[in-house]
Amino acid sequence: MSSLHTSEVSHESDRVFPPIGWLSSGALGLVVVGGILLASYAPRVAPLGVATALLCIAVALLISAAFLLARLKNFAWPTFITVFKWALLAYVITSGMIEFAFVHDHTRGSSLVLVTLMLVVFALSVPTTIAFTTARFADVKGDD
Amino acid sequence: MSDDAMVMNATTHPGPPLERPKIQVVPLAGLPVVAAAVIFVALSIGFDWKWGLMFNHVVGGGLWTGIDLFVGLVIGPILGRLSIPARAEFSARFMPMMVIIMPTVVMMTLATGFQVARMAGNLSASNPNHAWLIVSFCVVGVMATVALGVLEPANIAVLYEMNKPVPNGERIHRLMQRFVYTAGILGIMQVATLIIMTRLGSR
Repeated sequence: MSSLHTSEVSHESDRVFPPIGWLSSGALGLVVVGGILLASYAPRVAPLGVATALLCIAVALLISAAFLLARLKNFAWPTFITVFKWALLAYVITSGMIEFAFVHDHTRGSSLVLVTLMLVVFALSVPTTIAFTTARFADVKGDD
Repeated sequence: MSDDAMVMNATTHPGPPLERPKIQVVPLAGLPVVAAAVIFVALSIGFDWKWGLMFNHVVGGGLWTGIDLFVGLVIGPILGRLSIPARAEFSARFMPMMVIIMPTVVMMTLATGFQVARMAGNLSASNPNHAWLIVSFCVVGVMATVALGVLEPANIAVLYEMNKPVPNGERIHRLMQRFVYTAGILGIMQVATLIIMTRLGSR
């Protein structure tokens, strides 16, 4: 049993961070809603106004998350970068597969542009949330 | 031995922390299987291969629903009654598997689901199944947001925490609470998926 040497009591309270995870998860939620809206109209052309508005808000949330992230001091950047790049690889493949399906289904023009941008937000927001959640608890020197 | 006693055993071990094997956050041995699944899905979509699309959608969706419900209703409650060290030992072996399995079955299900709906004519607004299809999009949207925005980050963070020389038990517990809080939502969504898909398949 003693092979698990855990500390039940936090010796230092967890730092309070800006809501980076919430912002990137919010961006994810908005592009998921936008994606549902576009998909529910397929193969007809969906009204692009609402989807565009959702995408703009998602991009704004993601940029805010990136801005807050860039301002962090004493942050486990090596851990963040390691997790981010592998998660990014996984979600670029997933997004590429979804994009391929839309192109294969003859989605063209503004709808395709919108779908592509939503997939870019998707591929960036999930790795951001995963990497931030991991790095916020990592040792600052990032060697864990 | 009570949980508390076990925790004391685990936390008050004299001297430096004992050597533990590092947890492999992403089990590399599973990656060829993932690559094969990605290629299979891409070929099925690219060639409009009806059996391939159906196979990926049904097998991926069945596993996604089955694993979610089994973990939530069977594994979760059992895990909750285990001692903390046993829980940690189990999680250290179980969670890396989930890092590989769940994104793969989700990708298989979602990437081919749209194609299956198109082939079945369910995308057409005049199709009687269309409303059910839209509901299924919403259900999947909720599940994907919870899984990708809440659970997967917690899963990876727990594995990183467990790899530390002295993992913070309180922090792990706090991250694992996310699974408890979202289990109800995911359970309801998965049951809704079963109802919707069996309705679509029987009309």
